[in-house]
Amino acid sequence: MLDDFLIRATLAGVGVSLAAAPLGCFIVWRRMAYFGDATAHAAMLGVALSLTLSTPIFAGVLLISLLMAVTVSTLSGRGYAMDTLLGVMAHSALAVGLVAVSFLSGVRIDLMAYLFGDILAVGKTDLAVIWGGAALVLVMIGYRWSALLLSTLNPDLALASGISPRREQLVLTIALAIVVAVAIKVVGVLLIAAMLIIPAATARRFSRTPEAMAVMAAVVGVCANIAGLAFSYHFDLPTGPTIVCVVAFLFVALNVVNALIRRTNRQLSNGQNVA
Amino acid sequence: MLIQTRNLSVQIGQTPILRDIDLQVQRGDIVTVIGPNGSGKSTLLKTIIGALKPSNGRIVLSPRLSIGYVPQRLHIDETLPMTVKRFLRLPRRASAAAIQSTMANAGVPDLLGQQLLSLSGGQLQRVLLARALLEQPDLLLLDEPTQGLDRRGTADFYKQIDRIRHSLNCGVIMVSHDLQVVMRQSERVICLNGRICCEGKPEVVSNSSEYRALFGFEDDDDTLALYSHRGHDHKAGSMREAV
Repeated sequence: MLDDFLIRATLAGVGVSLAAAPLGCFIVWRRMAYFGDATAHAAMLGVALSLTLSTPIFAGVLLISLLMAVTVSTLSGRGYAMDTLLGVMAHSALAVGLVAVSFLSGVRIDLMAYLFGDILAVGKTDLAVIWGGAALVLVMIGYRWSALLLSTLNPDLALASGISPRREQLVLTIALAIVVAVAIKVVGVLLIAAMLIIPAATARRFSRTPEAMAVMAAVVGVCANIAGLAFSYHFDLPTGPTIVCVVAFLFVALNVVNALIRRTNRQLSNGQNVA
Repeated sequence: MLIQTRNLSVQIGQTPILRDIDLQVQRGDIVTVIGPNGSGKSTLLKTIIGALKPSNGRIVLSPRLSIGYVPQRLHIDETLPMTVKRFLRLPRRASAAAIQSTMANAGVPDLLGQQLLSLSGGQLQRVLLARALLEQPDLLLLDEPTQGLDRRGTADFYKQIDRIRHSLNCGVIMVSHDLQVVMRQSERVICLNGRICCEGKPEVVSNSSEYRALFGFEDDDDTLALYSHRGHDHKAGSMREAV
C-alpha cells in the first residue's frame, strides 16, 4: 500500500497536519505567528548545512531550528524585543543559507523543493521521520497541555501554581523546531507557517474551549491536505501551494458562513422581539 | 510559618523597587499591604510567586506551600477560547461538585458555561478568586481585590475573606491602594513605599464617631478599620489624621 506515492503523500500530509494543529493553536494564542515563519526561514541554513556535510536534511534542519528556537527564547526579555530578534535571526539565517547553498559546487539542488516542498517525492524513510516527529510533538504537547495552556493564559498564574512559563516556552519552541524539521520536505520552508497558523485561525470562531480549537484545527488541516493533494493530482498543480490554497479557502469560506449564520440568528431574534 | 522574607530587596533593571523587606505570615494571618502607586506592592506579590528574583535577601516558603494568586486584572487574548469551567480546571482537575460549590460561594454560580472574555471586571475577579480557592491554598495572595468596589462591596468582600481564612485555615496577603481604610481582621497592616514605612495593627474604631462621619456607615464596624500611619506622612497629601 505504501508503494503508491499518492498514499505516501497523503499520509505525510496528515502527519504534519496533526502535529501542526495544536502547535499552531499555541502560536496563534501567544501571538508568535512570526516565530513559525522565522524558524522556517532559518531552516534553509539547515538545508545548506546538511548538503555540505552530507547528512540527512532532517538532521541539519532540526539542528538549526532548535538553535534558533533556543536562542530566541533565551535572548527575549533581555533587552531585545522578540520580533526584532526574530527579524535579525530569520533573515540572516535565510541569507546565509542561500549563500552557502551557492557555494556547493557540483551539487545540483532543487531549491524550489525546499522552498515549496515536494510532497509527491516522499519516501518510506521520510514517512517514518514525519510520523515519528509528529508523534513526539503530540506527546510533548499532550503531556504539558495544562501547563502550556496556563502559561499562555497568564504567566503569573502559572508561576503561582508552580509551573515555569520559561520552561513551557522552551517546550513549545522545541516542538516547533521538530515540526519545521519534519515538515520541510512536505510543505517546504515558505508554507510551514501557513500550515501552522491558518488551520488554527480557521478553528477559532467555532471553538468554545482550547481543546475544541486544537481538534478542529487538526480536522481542517487534514481535510485541506487530502483535498489539496487531490486537486493538485487531477489538475496538475504544484502540490504544496495547492494545499495552502485549500486551507486558505477554508479559512475564508468558514468565516463567511459563520458571519452569515450569526447575522441570520440576530435577525431572527430581532424579529421575535418585534413580534 | 507559611512565608518569611529577610532583607528582601528587588530591583527591576537598575531601578530598586523594594528594599529590606522583612515580612512573615502564619496560618490564619491576614496581612494587609498598603502603599501609594509605585510603592512596590504588586512587585512584592510577584516576587513571592517567583516571577521576579530578589536582588538581595531571601524568601523562605514552607515546604509544599500551595499558593492561590488573584492578580489585579487578567488580560485574556481574544484568540484564546476559554470557558469559565475550563479555566477553573487549570492546571489541575477539580471535581464538578467542588467547582459548583466554589462558584456558589463566590456568588457567581451561573457563569460556568460563559467565555472568560465575555465576563465583566467584577465577574472575572470572582472567578479568579474561585479558581484560587479550588486549589485549597495555604497562602492566598490578593492584588488590589477591592479596586472598583464601593465601601459596601469592600465590606462584603472582607467578610468573605474572613470566612475563607477560617474555613481553609490559610494565610492571606492582601494588597490595597486604600491608605486609610483596611480590613479590620488584619493581624498586621504594612505600609510600603519601597521599604516598610511602618506596620501595626489596624485601629479599632467601632465607636469612633469621626469614622462614621467620614464614611457614613453604620453596619460595617466589624469589617472596616482605620490604619493610622506612624512617624511619617504620605506625599500624596491625602493623609488625614482621622482618629
